[in-house]
Amino acid sequence: MSDLVHLTIDGKPIEAPAGTLLIDAVRKYGIEIPAFCYYEGLALQAACRMCLVEVEKMPKLQTACTLPVAEGMVVRTETPVVADARKAMLELVLTNHPLDCPVCDKGGECELQDMTFRYGAGEGRFNETKQHIDEKQWSPVVFFDRPRCILCYRCVRICNEGMGVAALGIANRAVTSEIIPNEADHLNCDECGMCIDVCPVGALTSGPYRYKTRPWEMDHIATICAHCADGCKTTLGVRNNSIIRANNRDHSGLNGDFLCVKGRFAFDYGASQERLQTPLARVDGKLEPISWTRALKTIAAKFGEVRQRGGAFGVIGSNHTTNEENYYLQKFARQGLGTNNIDHHRTGDVITLIDALAGKGGQLATVEDIYNAPAVVVLGCDLSHQHPMLAYQLRANVRHHQAQIYPITPGPVREDNQATRSLRVDKGGEVEALGSLAAELKQAGGVVILYGDPVKGDAVRKLVDFGESLGVPVKYVALVDYSNSRGAIEMGLTPELLPGMTPSNTGGMRIGQMLASTDLDVLWVVGANPLKNRAALAGKPFLVVQDLFRTETAEQADIVLPAGSAYEKNGTVTNVCGQVQMLKKGIGAMGTKTDLDIFALLAKEMKLDLGPATPDALLAEIRTTVKGYDVVLAVLATGGAAMTGVNGPVAIDVPVDAIHSANDTMYTSGSISRYSKALTSLMEYPGELYSGKSK
Amino acid sequence: MLYNKPDPQEVKVLTRRFGLENSASIDTYLATDGYQGFLKAREMTPDDIITEVKTSNLRGRGGAGFPTGMKWGFVPRTSPKPKYIVVNGDESEPGTCKDRLLIENDPHQLLEGMMIAGLAVDAHAGYVYIRGEYRYLIDILDKAIAEAYSRGWLGKNIQGTGFDFDVYTQTGAGAYECGEESALLESLEGKRGVPRIRPPFPAVSGAFQCPTVLNNVETYSAVPSILRDGGAAFASLGTPRNGGTRLFCLSGHINRPGVYELPMGFNLLRMIEEVGGGVWRGKKLKAVIPGGSSCPVLTADECDLAMDYDTLAKAKTMLGSGGVVVMDEDTCMVKAAMRIMRFYAHESCGWCIPCREGTAWLRKLLIRFHDGGGARSDIDLIGDVARNMLGRTFCPLGDAAAMPTISFVEKFRGEFEAHLAGRPCPHEHADHLALV
Repeated sequence: MSDLVHLTIDGKPIEAPAGTLLIDAVRKYGIEIPAFCYYEGLALQAACRMCLVEVEKMPKLQTACTLPVAEGMVVRTETPVVADARKAMLELVLTNHPLDCPVCDKGGECELQDMTFRYGAGEGRFNETKQHIDEKQWSPVVFFDRPRCILCYRCVRICNEGMGVAALGIANRAVTSEIIPNEADHLNCDECGMCIDVCPVGALTSGPYRYKTRPWEMDHIATICAHCADGCKTTLGVRNNSIIRANNRDHSGLNGDFLCVKGRFAFDYGASQERLQTPLARVDGKLEPISWTRALKTIAAKFGEVRQRGGAFGVIGSNHTTNEENYYLQKFARQGLGTNNIDHHRTGDVITLIDALAGKGGQLATVEDIYNAPAVVVLGCDLSHQHPMLAYQLRANVRHHQAQIYPITPGPVREDNQATRSLRVDKGGEVEALGSLAAELKQAGGVVILYGDPVKGDAVRKLVDFGESLGVPVKYVALVDYSNSRGAIEMGLTPELLPGMTPSNTGGMRIGQMLASTDLDVLWVVGANPLKNRAALAGKPFLVVQDLFRTETAEQADIVLPAGSAYEKNGTVTNVCGQVQMLKKGIGAMGTKTDLDIFALLAKEMKLDLGPATPDALLAEIRTTVKGYDVVLAVLATGGAAMTGVNGPVAIDVPVDAIHSANDTMYTSGSISRYSKALTSLMEYPGELYSGKSK
Repeated sequence: MLYNKPDPQEVKVLTRRFGLENSASIDTYLATDGYQGFLKAREMTPDDIITEVKTSNLRGRGGAGFPTGMKWGFVPRTSPKPKYIVVNGDESEPGTCKDRLLIENDPHQLLEGMMIAGLAVDAHAGYVYIRGEYRYLIDILDKAIAEAYSRGWLGKNIQGTGFDFDVYTQTGAGAYECGEESALLESLEGKRGVPRIRPPFPAVSGAFQCPTVLNNVETYSAVPSILRDGGAAFASLGTPRNGGTRLFCLSGHINRPGVYELPMGFNLLRMIEEVGGGVWRGKKLKAVIPGGSSCPVLTADECDLAMDYDTLAKAKTMLGSGGVVVMDEDTCMVKAAMRIMRFYAHESCGWCIPCREGTAWLRKLLIRFHDGGGARSDIDLIGDVARNMLGRTFCPLGDAAAMPTISFVEKFRGEFEAHLAGRPCPHEHADHLALV
């Protein structure tokens, strides 16, 4: 396939690997062949007939989307015949199109508009009655307007091939053909909105976004999704300081075009009515609003007093805050408060993996590796639910590279549909079951192994031993839950480890111990909700909570500080694979401060010298001081993902009992998702999927 | 049963058993040289079978006229995949009604043709895909298949020759598009009947992604006699490069409509005058569609033609499926064009833009035009829209709609002009249209 063939396009000699489709081959030479139905990575349709080109020695015009390049081929894309064909297709497709561009959400970023402008006729000759079919609402987030639809079938294919859901199909025939949802009048699916994203026209529109704005009235801010650990790039459409839309507009980043239901619709949690807008303090047993100044002074005074008398602090960090915030928080705790009682909710065993891979290097898989590996094994995780983007890449790998897939889980998962073989094992038996795959994996010539929280401690070591025994390149991903779960470990939010997974060699309390302790004088909870499923703290520490909402933990606090969300700050986060990406502030929220600003103000109030506290300065510090984080700034700054190089050995005893995934589903994301109006409006996909929670 | 009396000018090869008592039964078949072609083919190598079919100059009877032997030769016989024989019995071209007679009167001839194709390409299973509206044929065919199984002419080790062959029947659900070979295969596999991207062609990747021979009922039905009597004998019946006979379906304004088996190259005017008994009611001939509704129309002056693929191609029309539609002098050609377009607009599968939107547009435009709501510019527009579809659609259905339309406008422009605003259709009194 890699042999280069030479051909001529519009008189220009070009070359491309044999087998490349003409429509792809010309792109890098700056030649555009227009198409509606062609969508990279999905099955070919040749339905829109926009990509017709003249090919010498072929009597009819050929579709560039289905034509593989061949040696000596002579192609012309800009002849009067081709121009006439394009114009004709546009005139035809516009015959039944409502031309309601002035009120169409897609107006301004519509491929049909663009193509008509570039290739179309100024005047239509269609003088008959247009066919009308009423608009339909398929779900709270998906609307379908048949008259606008050009039947390119991108939505059908992305749902079927990309998502593995196949919730869309085609009904009727001829001009009455129509896209239909799987439940006759509504959708029963992931509600990921990929169909909306790939729609070249305004036929599929997003419930929350409809009629809110014209696209050009928004600022488009590229940042990283705040929900799961996969680290999808998302472009926030911001207008009047509110987020109206999220999509990965330029298809860059790890996720390409992909966003799941959370990424696409659950950006609205920060705009919840329940959002805190002022600090609260406990007065007569009730939380009452107070000013930022008083709140910070009270906390600083309390912290100062406890530190002075050698009292005990406990600090619980977050899986959602940035690397800079986490780094600064552990510095605050260790240097400022003199405590090593610092922890966060651990959702996967990364540490043992890093230790087990000590000295080997290059064995942590990136998202790209999951897309390219000849074989992928998933241990103990419902990947489509908990890591939708990784599951999407895995399906793409099967489609494009015929990868072998082996889910080893307690119950059925969507990956079974793509699987070479699925193994059902009891929780904890995953690694043992791997043995039966050894021969197949060896033969595949390369493996990426993803493992969920049932695999921890010694099981991880056994897993790595197994991988080593295969004699082929094996890479690993320790699956963790949230947008910066990985960064929390690597920035030192555990008592065992300093930043860069350097053993601290100092004792310290873990979350469970802090919650159960009766000796703590202060408990400082930043962006976490440890009391979600717990009645109360054992002791009576002075409880400070930084959060967006009055969570179960905040309800018990002495002081609550309203914090900024991930969409309201700058910084970096590290995804499940260990790839660092940059957050960019999209909006501000009235009355709140970012966690980093809160730390900085507290430090100032306490007259602590913890160094500069801006995202830029802290990133510079992290890049120079934290092991494995010497990432290239230019990569981050240009919206790329930089792989970290944290390396072992990590000579500590990993407290495996402290590791447990929250087993979020496609529609949940810790304590955040319940505040998203979009998410709570949706029925959960009741498919055959096993959710970790049921086990 | 038969629907018309045979004509003395007919050359009965495929229809030789038509009219015999119980012509569909295996006893009649065996008593009249049935399955002899198969037994002969069993003694031959696959290459020799294909050579014999090539010698016969048999060309695909579905419409495109592709040389059958050559098509069989494209099948990779050594492929480890199973190979399939698929019969296109989705006869739905308006004006065509021959395949049903072949199945109804001589189903074993079709089965034998399939078996010979199976020998030629090492296939051991065949599917007969029959048009949904022809449901009654399924009973006839299933009965013939059951007979063949019980008498050892299908199944394992056929007549001790060591050759296995199974046949299955499948009905369509009423879509013209499923007569297009790749859409037929999709439908056969239980999917939506839309065409596939080609290449790969069915010979390489057809039914269930396996190498497949796909021919029309009439094509397969010609094969037993070719093997039995030799390809040269069949070829000699027709004209050079157009071997054998053809079942012509005469319909429209004609005295003796019916299906007649005539040698390839038979003159069209003679066919109308002598075989069909001339235009009805003593009327004059106005136009003929020579090969089913998708072929460009011929004016009366153009009809002195030999009916074979090459001559008709030279006359810028097609032999097509053999559906000869005769139109008398009272026919409104605008209405005929409108009726044809109504059919294609209804039958377009909707897959590609030009066919889906073009046929719908032309249908509305022609209806309006025929009703007297047309403007002079609409006459050119009809041709323009059709030309915008021509050669640009995903499958030949778009061409099938565009070609006759273009020919109607070009050849009968005067009639279109006669329909211009305010003037009623000059043929409003004509009570019959050739295509209904």
